[in-house]
Amino acid sequence: MTPDPVAPALRHAGLNLRHASREEAEQVESDVFGFWVFLMSDAVVFATLFALFGTSLEATAGAPDLRAVVKLGPAFIETMLLLTSSFTFGMASIEFSRVHRLTRRHQRLAVRWLLVTWVLGTAFLGMEVNDFVTMAHNGATADRSFFLSAFTVLVGTHGLHVLTGVIWLPLMLLQLAGLGLDRPLKVNLIRLSLFWHFLDIVWIAIFSVVYLQGALR
Amino acid sequence: MTSPRLERNETLSLVLGYGLALLLTLVAFGLVVFHVLTGRQAFYTVLGLGLAQMLVHFRFFLHIDLKRSARADLQLILFSTLVIALMVGGTLVVLFNLHGRMM
Amino acid sequence: MLTETHGVAHVLLGNLTWAALPFVRAWRDPNVSEIIGTGAGAVVILGAIAMFALVTWLGKWRYLWTEWFTSLDHKKIGIMYVVLAGVMLARALVEAVLIRTQQAVAINAPGYVEPGHFAQLFTTHGSIMVFFMAMPFLTGLINYVVPLQIGARDMAFPYMNSVGFWLTAAGAALMMVSLAVGEFSTGGWSGYPPYTELAFSGGVGPDYWIWAISLSSLGSMTVGINVACTIFKMRAPGMNFMRLPLFCWTSLCTSILMIFAMPPLTAVTLLLAGDRYLGMHFFTDDGGGNMMNYVNMFWLFGHPEVYILILPAFGVYSEVISAFSSKELYGYTSLVLATMAIAVLSFTVWLHHFFTMGQGADVNAVFGIATMTIGIPTGVKIYDWIFTMFRGEVRFTPSMLFSIAFLVTFTLGGFTGIILATPPLDYAVHDSLFLVAHFHNMLIPGTLYGMVAGYMFWFPKAFGFRLNERWGRIAVACWVPGFFLAFFPLYLLGLAGMARRTQAVFDPAFRPWLYAALLGALLMISGLVTLFVQLYVSIRDRAANRVPVGDPWDARGLEWSVAAPPPEWNFATIPHVGDRDAFYWRKRNKGAYRAADHYRDIVLPKNSACGVVLGVASGLCCFGLIWHIWWMALLFGLLAVATIIVRPFMRDVTRVIPAVEVEAVDRAWLAQAHAARPVPREEEQSSLNQGLAEGFPELVAKRA
Repeated sequence: MTPDPVAPALRHAGLNLRHASREEAEQVESDVFGFWVFLMSDAVVFATLFALFGTSLEATAGAPDLRAVVKLGPAFIETMLLLTSSFTFGMASIEFSRVHRLTRRHQRLAVRWLLVTWVLGTAFLGMEVNDFVTMAHNGATADRSFFLSAFTVLVGTHGLHVLTGVIWLPLMLLQLAGLGLDRPLKVNLIRLSLFWHFLDIVWIAIFSVVYLQGALR
Repeated sequence: MTSPRLERNETLSLVLGYGLALLLTLVAFGLVVFHVLTGRQAFYTVLGLGLAQMLVHFRFFLHIDLKRSARADLQLILFSTLVIALMVGGTLVVLFNLHGRMM
Repeated sequence: MLTETHGVAHVLLGNLTWAALPFVRAWRDPNVSEIIGTGAGAVVILGAIAMFALVTWLGKWRYLWTEWFTSLDHKKIGIMYVVLAGVMLARALVEAVLIRTQQAVAINAPGYVEPGHFAQLFTTHGSIMVFFMAMPFLTGLINYVVPLQIGARDMAFPYMNSVGFWLTAAGAALMMVSLAVGEFSTGGWSGYPPYTELAFSGGVGPDYWIWAISLSSLGSMTVGINVACTIFKMRAPGMNFMRLPLFCWTSLCTSILMIFAMPPLTAVTLLLAGDRYLGMHFFTDDGGGNMMNYVNMFWLFGHPEVYILILPAFGVYSEVISAFSSKELYGYTSLVLATMAIAVLSFTVWLHHFFTMGQGADVNAVFGIATMTIGIPTGVKIYDWIFTMFRGEVRFTPSMLFSIAFLVTFTLGGFTGIILATPPLDYAVHDSLFLVAHFHNMLIPGTLYGMVAGYMFWFPKAFGFRLNERWGRIAVACWVPGFFLAFFPLYLLGLAGMARRTQAVFDPAFRPWLYAALLGALLMISGLVTLFVQLYVSIRDRAANRVPVGDPWDARGLEWSVAAPPPEWNFATIPHVGDRDAFYWRKRNKGAYRAADHYRDIVLPKNSACGVVLGVASGLCCFGLIWHIWWMALLFGLLAVATIIVRPFMRDVTRVIPAVEVEAVDRAWLAQAHAARPVPREEEQSSLNQGLAEGFPELVAKRA
């Protein structure tokens, strides 16, 4: 079996770099690495929000506290949705890496996996919106206390990121339909996949530190 | 073009990652819901399981491993982890110190 | 009507009323303070009109648009950053003079600036100097120089480079607009709540501050990503890390700091916005808010930020001192390790900015020790630079004079830093003029001298002619004594108990020191004027001082191996690097000024209006947010998002420079090089210097 010399990040969406010039390969590597760097700066934003959240747990000012606000059932379903969407995106990436000029089969499969990912992501968002609406009904709005502000902003920022992904994904499909699977689109798909997996990683921290901690109090 | 064996390995790797992540999630939720552990112990176990799951994601979904080709990405992630640990750890220490002295 | 809007007017204009204009405020309440505010607003408006008129009259709009604004070329963007910094430096220095004047005059007297205005002055002075002078200046130098030094054609992400610039420019525009429409924050450049919350600062001031800073910090984040990736991924073959010029090492560490330090700032300003716009309770007095979270998070950003400000200057000093000592940098490895140590350690010391705010002595002690530790790598660097000069053939060009002034002045300031790093001592001098003197002692001889030295060093490369040296020396003669006069009295005043940011003074014993400080400030602003005069004179005399061959200083890095100004594509062929001081190695090994064996087509990015649109839209969106003109914020916010979405759909984003053109330009330049007369260092300041350095006998290849 010949070892695959292509860098692992580049395996995500099959660039077949053996046919590309060295400059193009370097540019792609650079593009993907740049996105990794951006994700790390985003991770720092989330880290500061987590730290803020950690210091806010007691500052409830008479409004609902973490225990009152956390519902494990929806949190579990949301976790399953997002985790599965990471899996389906992974499957889409694998199919994209197998795209070959002789058959459209892999591309069609990839698009289907992406559509499933999109549905799961949208379902996640829908549930989260519902969570916030429920909280509002129970008087747990962000303007009542530091804790509720911190909770809303932490979970909400993650939600906004997922929303960005949910908008980004159909734009990718649009590009695919209109411009075909060319190199810029492949790089963009890699970036989207990194983004998507990154958001699932952040969610692990959220369900651990926010929801499970809440249920333990 | 990739060989069928490589293709199958890629898919298996993804399924394995998904399975591990699922397992770690179920254990974390399970031990809270079924009161297997409580209090501090439970929280730290949950955090540990979460950290393990993050590693699973990095390894199986993001293909960050110890291979040379992933080296720059791995170094970046490790450095980021250091900075985040300093920032979050430092913040918690400082704010809890202040909290203790003000209350 | 003057102070509130209703109905349709309210929907259209938000909180924007006639009273937002300083002229209206001065009309209603004429006093010296308001009239100064009117003057400032008038300068902005008339200045903008004058600039528009001038450009129109000269017919240069198309030129500006195609050659500069829409360019993705790192050299153009770098120059635009430096120009922005120069403009903002002028404004912030005027503000400094106003502050000094007020403090000199208001000794048991009202002075001429009201407390509210005074507070705006020191807030804008600090905010501009940090975010819209120093950051753009260093970003501009890094942008221009780094790709040339590593043997690349451009930055890794040229489009993102343009976006970053225009976001920063939008933030600067907001700062300028605040002079003419509304008012600025009175909360200092650090904007601590609860003072900057709605309860205590209900006007638009803090909102101007929040959005201007947010735009700038977003811009800086893109710069950090761009520079880091460029240095990691785009070095010429053979340029391994231990052959990187020191300026690139410091740029790399600066970019890492930007990547990790700007996010806490972005977070904290947006959280404050959450408090002010959405009624949240992060830092408010009520609802469980905790201002210490702000202080902590702000300085998580703020400390790495000051290292962002100083590291590029350290890089400049390494280049300048080595070049003008005619000697290779002493202790390269130690300099690299020191730079990396400073970068990492800078994340461990942030609490020293708030020793007095309630932590226990043990927590303070840890951070105090960490702070002192950072002094060690800095000291290593100072010694390395001194040893570089030792037994070198030192040429006292203005850049070198600034560097020497830095070595002395900055070290003195560093000592005061050790004092401040000791918590018990800090309790005595925190928030006094002693602190103000210390950080200006770091930033002016450190950052500013470095930026000016770098500007003078690389100006001939960027524009193809040398700067007038006499005026450069006059600038040094203004800045260096001016600095001592302006700030050393502040150390004494701080020790005597005078607090910072005070509009009025009550101890007549402070008078002579404050007068001295005012004199120093006037000297320093004269220094700025001389820099502008130098520029004018140099442009006037440019024909005599051209250095087209590109190496006026017999310097060492790859940036000197190309023409001055460089062709758009920097290098006709990407060089192979065999050693540190890559160009110097080539010159000494007959590898310089050789034609390539084979020229290839070069692919460069096309110009793009997207960066400009994104910047303008962001600026207008923020203006709408500041004044609660919601339709405006939404409209321009959507425009910004649309630009981000549309850009990736574009496929026709590059253009090709044909090999024949590359070859023609290269050969023409090489012909110039071969026809030029090499000059020894004694003649480098004369018009004989055409940019070709005298060296070993067969320096220039006989055959083109």
